[in-house]
Amino acid sequence: MARTLRFREALREAMIEEMDRDERVFLMGEEVGHYQGAYKVSEGMLDRFGDKRVVDTPIAESGFAGIGVGAAMVGLRPIIEFMTWNFSAVAFDQILNNAAKVRQMSGGQFECPIVFRGPNASARQVGSQHSHAMEHFYATVPGLKVVAPAFPADAKGLLKTAIRDDNPVLVMESETLYAVKGDVPDGEHLVELGRAHVVRPGRDVTLVAYSRMTHVALEAATDLEKEGVSAEVVDLRSLRPLDEGTIVASVERTHRLVVVHEGWPYGGVGAEIADRVQRLAFDALDAPILRVTTLDVPMPYSAKLEQACMPQRDRVIDAVRRTLARGTN
Amino acid sequence: MPPTPDTTPGPPPTRASSDLDRLAELYRQMLLVRRVEEESARAYAEGKIGGFLHLYIGQEAVAVGALAALRPEDYVVTTYRDHGIALAKGMTPRALLAELFGKSTGCSRGLGGSMHMFDREHNMLGGYGIVGGHIPLAAGVAFASKYRADGRVTVCFFGEGAVSIGGFHEGLSLAALWKLPIVFICENNEYAMGTPLSRSMSVEDVSLKALGYGMDRDRFVVDDVLEVERRIGEAVKRAREESLPTLVEVRTYRFRGHSMSDPAKYRTPAELEERKQRDPLARARASLVQRGLDEQRVEALERSVEAEVADAVKFANESPEPTLADLEPTTYKGPFAY
Repeated sequence: MARTLRFREALREAMIEEMDRDERVFLMGEEVGHYQGAYKVSEGMLDRFGDKRVVDTPIAESGFAGIGVGAAMVGLRPIIEFMTWNFSAVAFDQILNNAAKVRQMSGGQFECPIVFRGPNASARQVGSQHSHAMEHFYATVPGLKVVAPAFPADAKGLLKTAIRDDNPVLVMESETLYAVKGDVPDGEHLVELGRAHVVRPGRDVTLVAYSRMTHVALEAATDLEKEGVSAEVVDLRSLRPLDEGTIVASVERTHRLVVVHEGWPYGGVGAEIADRVQRLAFDALDAPILRVTTLDVPMPYSAKLEQACMPQRDRVIDAVRRTLARGTN
Repeated sequence: MPPTPDTTPGPPPTRASSDLDRLAELYRQMLLVRRVEEESARAYAEGKIGGFLHLYIGQEAVAVGALAALRPEDYVVTTYRDHGIALAKGMTPRALLAELFGKSTGCSRGLGGSMHMFDREHNMLGGYGIVGGHIPLAAGVAFASKYRADGRVTVCFFGEGAVSIGGFHEGLSLAALWKLPIVFICENNEYAMGTPLSRSMSVEDVSLKALGYGMDRDRFVVDDVLEVERRIGEAVKRAREESLPTLVEVRTYRFRGHSMSDPAKYRTPAELEERKQRDPLARARASLVQRGLDEQRVEALERSVEAEVADAVKFANESPEPTLADLEPTTYKGPFAY
C-alpha cells in the first residue's frame, strides 16, 4: 500500500521516523523549530521532539555546520538544514575541510555521520545569489555523498538512508518540488544511495536528469513521443555515488545521451557523466553527448530571462533533435 | 623542614610534597614536548619530515598546565600548532613522531601529518589547518556533551590570529547562546605568523571579546605551569558544573618562527632573548630544585625523557610507510562513493 504525500511531507516523515528510532538524531537550522520551517518541511517537529532535538539557530551557517560536524565526530547524528543551499557557501569550509576530511586526517579514527539538507538550485526570480545549483561543487569532493531526489518516495527513502549512513551525506531538495505529490510506500521505506532509476523506458535517446530536471526531462519525453521519438529517462537520484552502470546500460540500448541539469556547464555533473560514458560506452555512442544546463551566466532576476537561462522542455527537445541528427551544439 | 617526596608509602602526602610531585610531573611533560619538538626540527632539517612544521617551543606550559586540569574523558580540539597539545593529552611520542615522519604507525597512519594529530583513545579530536575553522567544531563537541549530559568538558585552543576570523565569533556566539561546557583558550603568542598584535587587532586584549557574548573571561601571562593549571581549572569547573563557556587568553611566546620556513625577522633578537629568560620550562625546573626536589631526581627524570624521545625517533625511523590501500577505506566508511 502507498499513500500520496507532498515532497515536504515525505522528508518530514523520514526525519520523524529516524528521530523516533534513534535518540542521537537531531535537527538543527534556521527557523526549523518555532517558525515550523522556512518551507514547512519541519512543521510540527518542535512540538513532537522539543527544543533539545529541534534546534533553532541564529544566522550563522558556518557556526552551526561546524557544530554539527563536531557533534557527529563524538557520536551524534545531526541533520543540519540550510534554509537554502545557497547559504552553504559560507559554511563551505566546514563541509569541505572538516566533514569530508576528518576521517582521512585522523587515519580513520573519527567518522562524521551527518546530513546536510535543504532546497537547492533555482526557485522563482530570487536572483543570482539565491539560485545556485550547489551540488556540482560538493559532488567533486571525496568523502562526501550527494543525493538529489525528484519524487516524494525517493525523498523519504534517500533521506532515511542518509541519516543512517556513517559518512556525510548532502541532500539536495528543491523549493519548486516541495508541494509536488507522489505515492510513498507504507512502512519502512529506504532507498539505497547510488542507485539510479529508469523512470521512463525508451529506445532512441537517453535523458539523464535529477531533482526537478527529472520532471522537465519527462515532459520533454512526452512531447518527443508525439514526434515518434522514444526517450528513456534515467533519474539519477544519487550524484555521488553515481550509478554509472544504469546510465551505461541505457546508452547501450539507445546509443544517444542528453544530460539535463541545473547549474553551470563548466565541470558540472553533466561533464562528469559525459566523461564516464565516453570511456565506458564509446562504441555504443552514435552521436556526441549533449548537455542541457543553466546558461553560463549568473542567474538574472527578470522572469523572462530567468526562464531563458534555466533548462526547459523545449531546450531538451532541441538537444534531442540535434543528437538524433548527430549534431554538436 | 624540607619536603621529602620520595619516601615509602606512609601517611597522606603533605600539601607541599603533593604540589612538588605535581610540578615534577608537569615539568616532565613540558620537557617531553620541548625535546620532541627539538628532535622534530632536527628531523625536518634532515628531510625526514615534510610540509609544514609549526613548533610549540616556548608555549609548553600552556598545553601542559591547561590539560592537567582535565579528566581523561574530556575532549581537546586545537589548531595546527598541535604537537604539544597532543602529547599533553596523552598521545605517545612514538605515535606523534611517526605521524610527522609520515609512517603508518603514526597517530593518523601517516595520512594527517603535523597539523592533524588525532588520538581517539585520549579524546584528542585533532589539529586543524584552517585558522578558526575548528572553533565551531569544538563547540559541536561540547554541544554533544550537553545533549547527552555526559559531564565532559571540551577545551578548544587557537592562536590570537584566529580572533579576527568568522569561525571564532560564530563558535563563541553559539557556545554562549546554548551555554555549552567548553573552555576557549587563546594562546596569544603575539604574532599571527609575522604580523604583531598591534597590526592585527584594534583591541589587543583578546579576552574582551567575551563581553559581547556575555561569556566569562580570564587573562593571564604564562610563567608558572601550576598557575596555568589552576586558572584553566576554574574555567573547566565552570564548564563542568554550570555548563558555561569561558574565554581565556593566555599570553605566551613562541621561541621559533611560525613554521620551519620562517626566520622570524619581524622581531628583534633582543626581544627573543628577553622572552627566553622567562622560559616557563626553565622556571619550572628552577622551582622544582628550589622547592627541594633532589637534583639527582630531576636529572633522572630528564634522562627518562631523553630515553623516551630517542626511542620514539628510532620507532618513527624504522616504521613502515602507509600504502595506497590505506586511502579509500579512510575516505569513506563502507564502499567507496565514486
